[in-house]
Amino acid sequence: MSEKVVLHYFNGRGKMESIRWLLAAAGVEFEEVLLTKREHYEKLVNDGALMFQQVPLVEIDGMQLVQSRVILNYIAGKYNLYGKDLKERALIDMYSEGTSDLMDLFMSAPFTPPETKQKLLSDIEQKAKERFLPVFEKGLANSHFLVGNQLSRADVHLLEASLMLQELFPTILSTFPKIQAFQEKMKASPRISKFLQPGSARKPPPDEAYVKVVKEVLSHIFK
Amino acid sequence: MSEKVVLHYFNGRGKMESIRWLLAAAGVEFEEVFLTKREHYEKLVNDGALMFQQVPLVEIDGMQLVQSRAILNYIAGKYNLYGKDLKERALIDMYSEGTNDLMELISMSFLTPPENKQKSLDNIEQKAKERFLPVFEKGLANSHFLVGNQLSRADVHLLEVSLMLQELFPTILSTFPKIQAFQEKTKALPRISKFLQPGSARKPPPDEALMKVAKEVLSHVFK
Repeated sequence: MSEKVVLHYFNGRGKMESIRWLLAAAGVEFEEVLLTKREHYEKLVNDGALMFQQVPLVEIDGMQLVQSRVILNYIAGKYNLYGKDLKERALIDMYSEGTSDLMDLFMSAPFTPPETKQKLLSDIEQKAKERFLPVFEKGLANSHFLVGNQLSRADVHLLEASLMLQELFPTILSTFPKIQAFQEKMKASPRISKFLQPGSARKPPPDEAYVKVVKEVLSHIFK
Repeated sequence: MSEKVVLHYFNGRGKMESIRWLLAAAGVEFEEVFLTKREHYEKLVNDGALMFQQVPLVEIDGMQLVQSRAILNYIAGKYNLYGKDLKERALIDMYSEGTNDLMELISMSFLTPPENKQKSLDNIEQKAKERFLPVFEKGLANSHFLVGNQLSRADVHLLEVSLMLQELFPTILSTFPKIQAFQEKTKALPRISKFLQPGSARKPPPDEALMKVAKEVLSHVFK
């Protein structure tokens, strides 16, 4: 039973990007329906496709899944990226909540007014260097994988978040050699290497055009 | 191997309350260590017990778990409150993210300055009635359980949040008969009934004394 996997979201990273990364790491092909107008969003709401009237929406295995954590949990569980038992899963969950918290800070940056943006960026850099990156550096002390000596969603999230950090702060990994080595290994694996090529489903950093579309489509939030 | 389960948090609800509920529903006994001074928090940080320097912290099965979702996922998985397969888990996760979003809105309202408080409460009431409660009312159309005709974490979270809503808005369930019937049934379950008795680990709504302690202990967050 091989139904299509369909992603419904803006043509940008936001809360869908981690899902694109995880599907790519799992070798799962997917299509994307891009929201460009408010009517697209309203149609999804009126069709009853969005449980809490929010995107991302992923259609997979006959389900209409919303809430990025729900979707990531399902993909990780189905494609063996969630550890071998409950204890490994707990460790993976802790790492994943950390990367999610870090990436949430990034997500708010394009929507922050210019006068507070520099403060936000400084805050991200400080939290990354003091709270988050040391944890992952330690977690990679004895292995190229964070949990259980095999690829898990935690590794995929860490690669995604660390690349995002380097886009804003190019030298931020200079004091984290284990994470650097981890990046090189991960980037060389076939599925991830393919996802990092031009023309893949990977989305670029948000720009003003992206912010404009989001504010129009989700106008009820930004009023 | 029956090690103690120990919770480290403030003497109040916050992000630990859903964990107390779930442990109670699972019939798991636990102890609590209350943070009342900043030194308590700093000791946990210096002992390396907090992966990302945050509470809640739950010591369980030889692990020091942080991040409420990681903790809830572990308890639900271990005590069979997470459905019978990945698809049921996805549905449970969606409901659980919804209850969590609603509980976060309620928690935030306690941190809102008095001049904005009424607006915050109006927002909660509106979102509860228009976005969240209709979803659970529909989910209970044919069963007293949200998923798979058996008790899951989603039911425990729904009971918790619906009681919290009634504390703020006593008649809010008047147009949601299925949720009312669900409450009656679920409150009568032995473990939950016990948790609702005086003297249980259940915590009261936050008051000014609790907010004061939280702001002192986590002074680095509130500066």
